Amino acid sequence: MTTKKLYTVIIFSENTVGLLNQITIIFTRRQLNIETLSVSPSAIQGIHKFTITTYADENMIDKVVKQIDKRVDILKAYYNTDEDLVFQEIALYKLSTDLFIKMGTVEDLIRKYNARILEMNETCVVLEKSGHYDETQALFKELSETIGVLQFIRSGRVAITKSPVERLSDMLAEMERKLQEKNKA
Amino acid sequence: MKQKITGSEALLKSLIAEDVDTIFGYPGGAVIPVYDCLYDYQDKLKHILVRHEQGATHAAQGYARVSGKVGVTLVTSGPGATNTLTGIADAMMDSTPLVVITGQVASPLLGTDAFQEIDVIGITQPITKWAYQIRKPEEIAWAVSRAFYIASTGRPGPVVLDFAKDAQVGLVDFEYEKVDYIRSYQPEPDIKMERIKEAAALINGASKPFCLVGQGVILGNAEEELKEFLLKNDIPAGCTTLGLSSLPTDFPLNKGMLGMHGNVGPNRKTNECDVLIAIGMRFDDRVTGDLNTYAKQAKVIHLDIDNSEIGKNVAVDVKVLGNAKQTIPMITALLETRKRPEWNAEFEPDSQEEYVKVIDKELHPKEGYLKMGEVIRKVSEAANNEAVLVTDVGQNQMMGVRYFKYKQTRSVVTSGGLGTMGFGLPAAIGAKVGAPDRTVCFFTGDGGLQMTIQELGTIMQEKLNVKIIMLNNNFLGMVRQWQELFFHKRYSSTVMENPDFVAIAKAYGIASREVLKREELDEAIREMLEHDGPYLLVADVEEQGMVYPMVPAGSTITNILMGE
Repeated sequence: MTTKKLYTVIIFSENTVGLLNQITIIFTRRQLNIETLSVSPSAIQGIHKFTITTYADENMIDKVVKQIDKRVDILKAYYNTDEDLVFQEIALYKLSTDLFIKMGTVEDLIRKYNARILEMNETCVVLEKSGHYDETQALFKELSETIGVLQFIRSGRVAITKSPVERLSDMLAEMERKLQEKNKA
Repeated sequence: MKQKITGSEALLKSLIAEDVDTIFGYPGGAVIPVYDCLYDYQDKLKHILVRHEQGATHAAQGYARVSGKVGVTLVTSGPGATNTLTGIADAMMDSTPLVVITGQVASPLLGTDAFQEIDVIGITQPITKWAYQIRKPEEIAWAVSRAFYIASTGRPGPVVLDFAKDAQVGLVDFEYEKVDYIRSYQPEPDIKMERIKEAAALINGASKPFCLVGQGVILGNAEEELKEFLLKNDIPAGCTTLGLSSLPTDFPLNKGMLGMHGNVGPNRKTNECDVLIAIGMRFDDRVTGDLNTYAKQAKVIHLDIDNSEIGKNVAVDVKVLGNAKQTIPMITALLETRKRPEWNAEFEPDSQEEYVKVIDKELHPKEGYLKMGEVIRKVSEAANNEAVLVTDVGQNQMMGVRYFKYKQTRSVVTSGGLGTMGFGLPAAIGAKVGAPDRTVCFFTGDGGLQMTIQELGTIMQEKLNVKIIMLNNNFLGMVRQWQELFFHKRYSSTVMENPDFVAIAKAYGIASREVLKREELDEAIREMLEHDGPYLLVADVEEQGMVYPMVPAGSTITNILMGE
């Protein structure tokens, strides 16, 4: 039997229109749900980085990543499990200012969860906490059960590999070398 | 030297720079400026006016498949674009290089549900290698060059260029620059010498090696390299449907076709060999049957240019990435010269059994209605086994590829992966345009021909010498076959009441004849082949003919029905 596991797919692409669609249709075709998604410019100008998490078995995720990697505008795609990664998510919690003050446990909460206050006005307080899913979820649960949460949002995962291999820069160096070779010939 | 020209002219100059001489297309509102410009370029760019945009893409496929060049299609926006989708999807499945140019509404109208606006990029992304919308005339040279580079290199495939109307009329300083490098795209993976050595060692150590030949050999122009490889180590081979004609039918190591309606020997030996060498093929389910029982005894070597194909369906022991044109001879160089008479002789009993149980009955019936197989073999032989075979999809297709014979490569044009009924007639048009000096024999059924029958108009207008052989059984034959075998002969919606096809041909000015009797067949075929121009031969074949051998879908590949 196949066992499903949470995989983090990391993709580097050219910054062209329609890239996200090209990637998501590959998940859709295999009925894979995207759990989290985060896209932003990478450290290299003009190259975007996608971080996608999904539950799949390894055979499936391997095929999905090969299909993504094959797309013309994709520079590099690979997958990792949580053990290979340092990863983080960020969560925002909107609370009622009145209740927040009345509860009187501000300091406890912030210390316990290592959260911080981003905004405080007459009507609301916005807390921020970063961490793994279960950490941001634990604060949400505690707040929900006590003071109540007016709004809650959690970002997609961002991740960095622990390994010494830098796949993108290695790949770019290799492509650059090939181009030089070609120009010489 | 720079010159200011319209975007439309820039497109045509770009196509000429890419060595294009033929366009299959159909005009419409959003592409009129390009057609207007084309009027001045008729001496350099021949435009073939099809009768439906689906036909334009299939014709471009036929053209690409026989010529090895990129097929080009030009259509308008909206319905013009959506009508091309079946051909684009077909080309994606069968790795056929196409550049499909669709007109698009002017860019300020994009996203407004303008007349004949459709999200071409959105709907073609899943079925193209690359899809790009040109919004500015400055992008044309770059986009066209990139499109041809992507379509024709690596594993070929279709590319869509969606060309906004304002970019067609805008002016641009035109200078063409050929693209031969894209940072994010490596068409041919690096060849690993270690894998070559492992593959050669496995083959040298094998006592029963068997080679599966796919279209990758043809796409890589590696036919001669393949022959040398097989001959040096005396390795028998079977071809996938699209791999057919990479080896001549009579090549001694060519043991026939693989898969559902393939030959008995190759299918059985797949599950008896000790080393399976797959070259440029993708282990389609029609080739493998049940994967759980497929070649489990064998070590598998897979040569392919596309990394995503390796291990996709069948677990691989040695993965040889690269262009077959390079990887095959690298392995050959390390092979021992061997003779394997006993192993090769093991195909004989299977071949004999198939001949007695299936082929002889199909080719030499003593009585009754015409058989599909006998018509096909007679046409093949009357054309000296040198013609291009085009088929539609269904029984005509499987009979066609089984009983036609091949002497040279690029002789089979058929819809393999997508299995598109209606593919054949427009594909035959493209094949004739792409190989004008070759005889093109197109086999179809009464169902498939009627799906794109309007393209008889294209044949009429272009005076294309296409030989059309309709195997008419008044049934949707392949579905009927499945209904007979697996659905208790409940012929749900497979009976066809047909028009007078000879009269239809006549209306298009196409010579035609109907043949019912076996005694008339040879003479009718001779008349067809000798006729200087297109010809429709309607062969009234037995209504309930069956394509055997048959491996039922999803069954073990050695579970072969032979209709006893």
